[in-house]
Amino acid sequence: MKKIIEALLFVSQGPLKVEEIQGVLEVNSAEEITAVIKELKNEYSSRQSPIEIIELAGGWQMATKKEFASYIKKMYKRETTIKLSNSALETLAIIAYKQPVTRSEIEAIRGVESSGVIRTLIEKNIVRICGKKDTVGSPVLYGTTQQFLVYFGLKSADDLPSLEEIAIEEEGNELSEGEN
Amino acid sequence: MEYGIKLEIFEGPMDLLLHLIQKNDLDIYDIPISKITSEYVAYLDIMKYLNLEVAGDFLVMAATLMKIKSRMLLPSHDNDEEGDELKKELVNRILEYKKFKEASKILHTNLESRKDIFSRNTEPEFKEDDFGVEVTIFNLLDAFRTVLEKAKKTPKEIIKEECTVEEKIKLILFELETRRFLAFFSLFSEDETKRSVIVTFMALLELLKTGDISVKQDKSFGEIRIYRKEKGTNEKNN
Repeated sequence: MKKIIEALLFVSQGPLKVEEIQGVLEVNSAEEITAVIKELKNEYSSRQSPIEIIELAGGWQMATKKEFASYIKKMYKRETTIKLSNSALETLAIIAYKQPVTRSEIEAIRGVESSGVIRTLIEKNIVRICGKKDTVGSPVLYGTTQQFLVYFGLKSADDLPSLEEIAIEEEGNELSEGEN
Repeated sequence: MEYGIKLEIFEGPMDLLLHLIQKNDLDIYDIPISKITSEYVAYLDIMKYLNLEVAGDFLVMAATLMKIKSRMLLPSHDNDEEGDELKKELVNRILEYKKFKEASKILHTNLESRKDIFSRNTEPEFKEDDFGVEVTIFNLLDAFRTVLEKAKKTPKEIIKEECTVEEKIKLILFELETRRFLAFFSLFSEDETKRSVIVTFMALLELLKTGDISVKQDKSFGEIRIYRKEKGTNEKNN
């Protein structure tokens, strides 16, 4: 069964979900499959394979390790970049943490008109429209995509560090008063 | 000199405010309003001087700052409180903004470190004969009727907000991003009412029309699958 899973991971395009493996093997429980994947993951890392098995966007995927990036880029003779401007990242951060969120909620935080940035994020397939808010004018709600998780190497949308943690790390010793 | 030559680009008034606070090492919880106001306005002047377009949002913030400043200068008790209130509101906004600013830096780090990790991004080539039968509109309609009959006869008292066709289209494309195909019936798995079944079906037809998807079947009257049409950018496999 481990061999089968390894083969499936090898050919899979994008993160392979445990349920998909389950669909192929037909019998095993999700826990069992996850355990085997983790075992595989450990095997790869203990024999220092250039390939690692990573948990990403709700699934598992084989990926080359960082240190080989330069060779891979050399082979393809090109840089791989998804460039995002600061304002795009800022807007994306708000969407990622507050989703589902409307444009006016985003703008209230940023203090600046944001429709253009949001459009860019949608075009890059990082953000999507995920519904409509049940208020006056039923404004569109934005959320992140599966691709967002892949680009940013996250297991799921909950995999982001919590804002409180960020604030604490940032503030450090500066202050510890409550926020009112 | 610092101003004129290296003018940082600010994403908005909040960004500028935060920058001014950090640059001058001010206490974010107790911002000296008059100092920050004059710094802020000075900055806007430079932007104007350099013929940079000062977006309206920057001016709104300038007005807010001046309002707080004037309220706090007035001796009356009522106004004093109002000034404090406004200031507190501003502080909270800055703190909120700061959180996301930090979060965006973390995202940036994530993005940078992910950039050097590569995975396969092409599917193995399969013979298409198992799901090679083109589906006719009649096959689709037959399948649609089956789903429609299964849908609950009576909607709940009030129909809750449901997807529009446009949203459903986005949803289907989104699902197809991570999968090679979708089973026809799985499209409808979350549709409880007839209305939503119809919306899903219309989304499907629209996608067929625009050529974003194709539908195939294993044999006549067999299972129907929905495939995303390749955009012709996948030649670089192997």
